[in-house]
Amino acid sequence: MNMIQALNNAHKVAMERDGDIVVYGEDAGYFGGVFRVTEGLQKQFGKTRVFDAPINEAGIVATAVGMAAYGLKPVIEIQFADYIYPGYDQIVSEVAKIRYRTAGEWAMPMVIRSPYGGGIFGGQTHSQSPESLFTHIAGLKTVIPSTPYDAKGLLIAAIEDPDPVIFFEPKRIYNGPFDGHHDKPVKPWAKHPASEVPEGHYTIPLGKAAVVREGADLTVLAYGTMVHVALAAVEENGIDAEVIDLRSLVPLDIETIEESVKKTGRCVVVHEAPRNTGFGAELTALVQERCFYHLEAPVERVTGWDTPYPHAYEWAYFPGPKRLKKALEKVMAD
Amino acid sequence: MRDKDNPKKANRPELRLHVPEPPFRPGDTPDFSSLKVPAAGSTPRPDIAVAAAEIEPLAKGLVRVLDDDGAAVGPWDPKLDADTLRKILRDMVTVRIFDDRMYRAQRQGKTSFYMKATGEEAIATATAAALDREDINFPTYRQQGLLVSRGYPLVEMMCQIYSNKGDKLRGRQLPIMYSSKEHGFFTISGNLGTQFPQAVGWAMASAIKGDSRIAVGWIGDGATAEGDFHAGMTFAAVYNAPAILCVVNNQWAISSFSGIAGAEKATFAQRGVGYGLPSLRVDGNDVLAVYSAVRWAADRARSNLGATLIEFFTYRAEGHSTSDDPTGYRPAGEAKAWPLGDPIERLKAHLLALGEWDEERHEAMRAECDAEVRAAQKEAEKMGVLPEQGRDNIESMFDDVYADVPWNLVEQRDQAVSEGRD
Repeated sequence: MNMIQALNNAHKVAMERDGDIVVYGEDAGYFGGVFRVTEGLQKQFGKTRVFDAPINEAGIVATAVGMAAYGLKPVIEIQFADYIYPGYDQIVSEVAKIRYRTAGEWAMPMVIRSPYGGGIFGGQTHSQSPESLFTHIAGLKTVIPSTPYDAKGLLIAAIEDPDPVIFFEPKRIYNGPFDGHHDKPVKPWAKHPASEVPEGHYTIPLGKAAVVREGADLTVLAYGTMVHVALAAVEENGIDAEVIDLRSLVPLDIETIEESVKKTGRCVVVHEAPRNTGFGAELTALVQERCFYHLEAPVERVTGWDTPYPHAYEWAYFPGPKRLKKALEKVMAD
Repeated sequence: MRDKDNPKKANRPELRLHVPEPPFRPGDTPDFSSLKVPAAGSTPRPDIAVAAAEIEPLAKGLVRVLDDDGAAVGPWDPKLDADTLRKILRDMVTVRIFDDRMYRAQRQGKTSFYMKATGEEAIATATAAALDREDINFPTYRQQGLLVSRGYPLVEMMCQIYSNKGDKLRGRQLPIMYSSKEHGFFTISGNLGTQFPQAVGWAMASAIKGDSRIAVGWIGDGATAEGDFHAGMTFAAVYNAPAILCVVNNQWAISSFSGIAGAEKATFAQRGVGYGLPSLRVDGNDVLAVYSAVRWAADRARSNLGATLIEFFTYRAEGHSTSDDPTGYRPAGEAKAWPLGDPIERLKAHLLALGEWDEERHEAMRAECDAEVRAAQKEAEKMGVLPEQGRDNIESMFDDVYADVPWNLVEQRDQAVSEGRD
């Protein structure tokens, strides 16, 4: 399966087990979503459980709040993460806060799915990586898969989670792993071991990172598309780096990060989002606070630039193996 | 700018921005004679299956039942029995006394903030009477009457206001931002309008599950300018949500009069018509009109005919909150000049006219309510007032952020406990 199929399958598995799950979003019903993640669900589960929503993200999130208050489990699709901002007040002021402000009287179990990130020539409004706007908000969990296998297990876990989860799907790798070389076509997931996705129910716990490559000299912290860029950069440059796929940013698997950095003594953080107050800043601070006496070199960040996402200059903006290589070499040289 | 770059054209009028102003400011004599108040009983009562466009005049008019003599007249008379009327009257009186006591408690420094519903008591209490007990409200901060009507213990309301040890919300919400699932009262948000489309979502869920319960969303006149108002109406109309959407037009959004939310150009009820929602404008100081309109809308919702928008036309007799001084922006005595009167006095007059009430019973009931509120206050204050709070159980601050406490909050909780409060 590719990631889209795995996510689609996750919906089916979860919805067959729980009749209280409803799925909706712009074009998410009859058509199955512009990326086809919800394809076939309306046919299988009926149009009152899977339906199209008006183009109104605030309304999509707000109605999900009401549904969660009623006792349903809404899984809503925001067509692109860049469109999430009209719904941001509902997410930040309501979804995230309701359990706390009612002392647990009302919980908000819901999943807000959204394709995110660049690499598809989507311009400013189809390419952003707004994860740090959500990781900053107490009460939300933020999950980003990097493989079809993880995508299914994490999405089912997110749906079954008692807390609201922002589930960002890296659209650059919907169809195949990305090796960072944009002049080559994306390879399909077909031959990748992570595309072996079991049909049935399984979960990947939120808050558990994956060590996707073991290594001794350096730790690379990545998530989403950047996991694949990191693996390419490490393999192509012969660096014995440990690559950690965080999988969920909140909750964060601090133990795996700490253990790895204490072992390697060096750390590079990579993400697509702009650098300034990005999630990399938090990771860097955590590593500094917890592993300072084990560090052989300053932590390096590889990120998108602090500009809006530029259409024609996408490949100079998007971190690739070349930019990562420089950082890896710099950290190793210290 | 050079002359040739000047975009003004000599043959065209200069454009001017219109900034609405209320008819009276401090120092003026309020005069509402220009306000068109239709006679009680003069508005037709359509069938619940009516289409929005067919009853557009009802969105501009005013559904009224109680006339100046306290008689119930016209097709909207819900013909309530005297016990129901006395219950609503008692609820309204309780709310007014409760508000006065809590306002004073705030002035005495026992809590940080309070908001009265003076002049608007009929809206929440009559709505509560017209709904089924199982229906849910997504309220704003001026619907305390819903809780009083549904028997939420006054002590618990006060404990929430004091954020004390008896506060079920554990000191996390502003005073008056109640929440009670048991009483069908959804948690109040300080971000205005958010609850409106949430109510629609709850109603949609009820319909998805084939339930028979309905949801009521509440919003103020000022907050109708928020996008959430329109999101709520869009979703309600699209999915035929079994919801009642209530706009409480009390004329003032803190210091901004309703014209700043667009009331000069159209009534708030008229906004519903464009969405295809049957919409009513109702005298909010008339208990019988409020009750009857809500029942009409509830019957529509329960019959799968979809949502109704109701504008309750009323007047905020007091300041916005304890932090507001209305003498700075509106004339003194404006509330008294309000042509739709005081809701408590109007219902009292009705009961008197029916021969179901007398001054002695009214005074005895008022004294009972007063004693009840005082006793509740004494009880609540035994559990503390706001300035004394926040010393004990600091670790509780870290509960309920998530279902389980994650590692970062465990670490911060330990630190906060070791630091203490000061």
